[in-house]
Amino acid sequence: MKVLQLNARSNKSETAPLIELRGITKTYGQGQATFQALRGVDMSVRQGDFLAIMGPSGSGKSTVMNILGCLDTVSSGEYLFHDIHVECLSHNERALLRRHFLGFVFQGFNLLARTSAQENVELPLLYRGTPTAKRHKEAREALALVGLSGWETHTPTELSGGQQQRVAIARAIVTRPLVLLADEPTGNLDSKRSHEIMRLLVRLNQEWGITVLMVTHEPDMAVYARRTVHFVDGLLGKDSEREPSACF
Amino acid sequence: MFLNAIRLSLREIRRNLLRSFLTVLGIVIGVAAVITMVTLGNGATRLVGEKISTLGTNMLILLPGKDGMVEAPKFRMSDVEAIAEQIPSLLAVSPEVQTNAKLVVGAENLENRVLGVTNAYFIAANWTLADGRLFSEDDEKLGRAVCVIGDTVRSKLFGESNPVGRSIRIKKFYCEVIGLFAGKGQMMGVDQDAVVFAPVRAVQRRLTGNSSVPVILISTKDGANTDRAMKQIKSLMRERRRLSDNDEDNFDLLNTKQMTQVLTGTVDIITTLLGIVAAVSLLVGGIGIMNIMLVSVTERTREIGIRLAIGALGKEVLAQFLTEAVALSATGGLIGIVLAFMACAILSFITEMPFIFSPGIIFVSFVFSVGIGIIFGYMPARRAASLDPIEALRHE
Repeated sequence: MKVLQLNARSNKSETAPLIELRGITKTYGQGQATFQALRGVDMSVRQGDFLAIMGPSGSGKSTVMNILGCLDTVSSGEYLFHDIHVECLSHNERALLRRHFLGFVFQGFNLLARTSAQENVELPLLYRGTPTAKRHKEAREALALVGLSGWETHTPTELSGGQQQRVAIARAIVTRPLVLLADEPTGNLDSKRSHEIMRLLVRLNQEWGITVLMVTHEPDMAVYARRTVHFVDGLLGKDSEREPSACF
Repeated sequence: MFLNAIRLSLREIRRNLLRSFLTVLGIVIGVAAVITMVTLGNGATRLVGEKISTLGTNMLILLPGKDGMVEAPKFRMSDVEAIAEQIPSLLAVSPEVQTNAKLVVGAENLENRVLGVTNAYFIAANWTLADGRLFSEDDEKLGRAVCVIGDTVRSKLFGESNPVGRSIRIKKFYCEVIGLFAGKGQMMGVDQDAVVFAPVRAVQRRLTGNSSVPVILISTKDGANTDRAMKQIKSLMRERRRLSDNDEDNFDLLNTKQMTQVLTGTVDIITTLLGIVAAVSLLVGGIGIMNIMLVSVTERTREIGIRLAIGALGKEVLAQFLTEAVALSATGGLIGIVLAFMACAILSFITEMPFIFSPGIIFVSFVFSVGIGIIFGYMPARRAASLDPIEALRHE
């Protein structure tokens, strides 16, 4: 399968874009009831970037997130991920792309209910076919990295919102993905926990070089990103880049 | 991956233990019923075979009518005498006139079988005298009120005391006990020793009130050609009844093999009918599994979405749900097998039937229950696998 031939971390210069969107459109529905969510989006993301995607609801930011996360298909245009034409991939090939290169963090945490933190974090490794001992070890390490050592056996209902989101982040990064996609990761958290989560994402971005793509509507959170793009009515608006302040 | 799928599905089953149990109840009952029926059926067939073979392979039985004929004429004593005189290869020919009567000895009384026979009967049916004597020539000819009793009748009416020489009141006449037979045990749930034998003429005159003979018991000599003897008896009876070549037999002659078939045939019919009931129960059980799996897919839509988002392939989700359905039905099958074992052990103890372990039926019912899991689990699993990850993630 094409995807598996992709040699992720080699022969790719640091400056060439990791992700490139060219003239992406997305139309929902048919006939009279069509709704154009994206109307020609051009965007590129370099490896190691930390991108915040902002915009009012209905502006297409979630749609572009789903497309970037290979969960949704484009109506037209080209999506290059590491020089692979994602728009040409099959259902299964996109699943494999997600499995090997992408990690997801959702607003609602989306952990498996009645399942321990450890087992939740192990889930992506299970689908990768990682041997049991290695799986246990890597899941423990990922939980330690997000500061949840000692919470391995707790189920989601026994954890606070902030802890649940950290489990979700551990699950997303346990496979050491190229890209971490976070859809309103702080949307369900209070301000103190939100900042904790953002600092964690910044650390993963800086220390591991994981490219982070984050949808948010809170300017407070967007300031953690190196680059912020605004969506308006299915089009890319303002694109501002800044050096992150060193005081996090 | 495969072991993991089993582990995951077992955890899912444990998570909803009561619901899982109720789901597989149909399978449990179906499998248990099938195995129990087949095992008991085998036991009953074996028992009938064993009991009939103790009668000897050279026993024949002559019955009036054929295939449920209603208006068939009964036999007479002259038929018995003719067969005994004219067919050379026979060891014994005896009438059997059966009736029920109340037996009274002092304060003890008992409603019991009374058989009117001749001495030849005891040869044909293998009765051994324990005490006293059989009928004398005069007893038979004159139909004297004498009797030889089985061991059960002895113990019920006389206790431990010797019955020979005492008398039993049968209805309105007194009958002298002249002999006692050694015990023969049960046959198909009937106590063979609960019997009183009297000369056939005595029973006809004093109890049945007519001279007909419903059954004739015949035993061929050892080493005689039974098939030829049967042909000879049949043609003799046709001749005596003046049947033309176009007429059907209005009597039936069975050897032990055919008797076994008649008796086990009934067992087979019952086994088959109960087997159908069990099969329906399995089908219902399968639909139950499909129903619960469909509910489960809807309930866990979000979970499926999460799995798809983190890189599960459709076929892996399908495998997971299919494994769950199969694990459910296989567990049900195993419980059913265990239950069937217990039921068979208890029932064969109560009925004193042999417990015939048949690995074949256990294998078949296990494979069948797994098959039900696959068939009825496939549709829900397909539904789970074909979910759109975005839609599934949004599902509340």
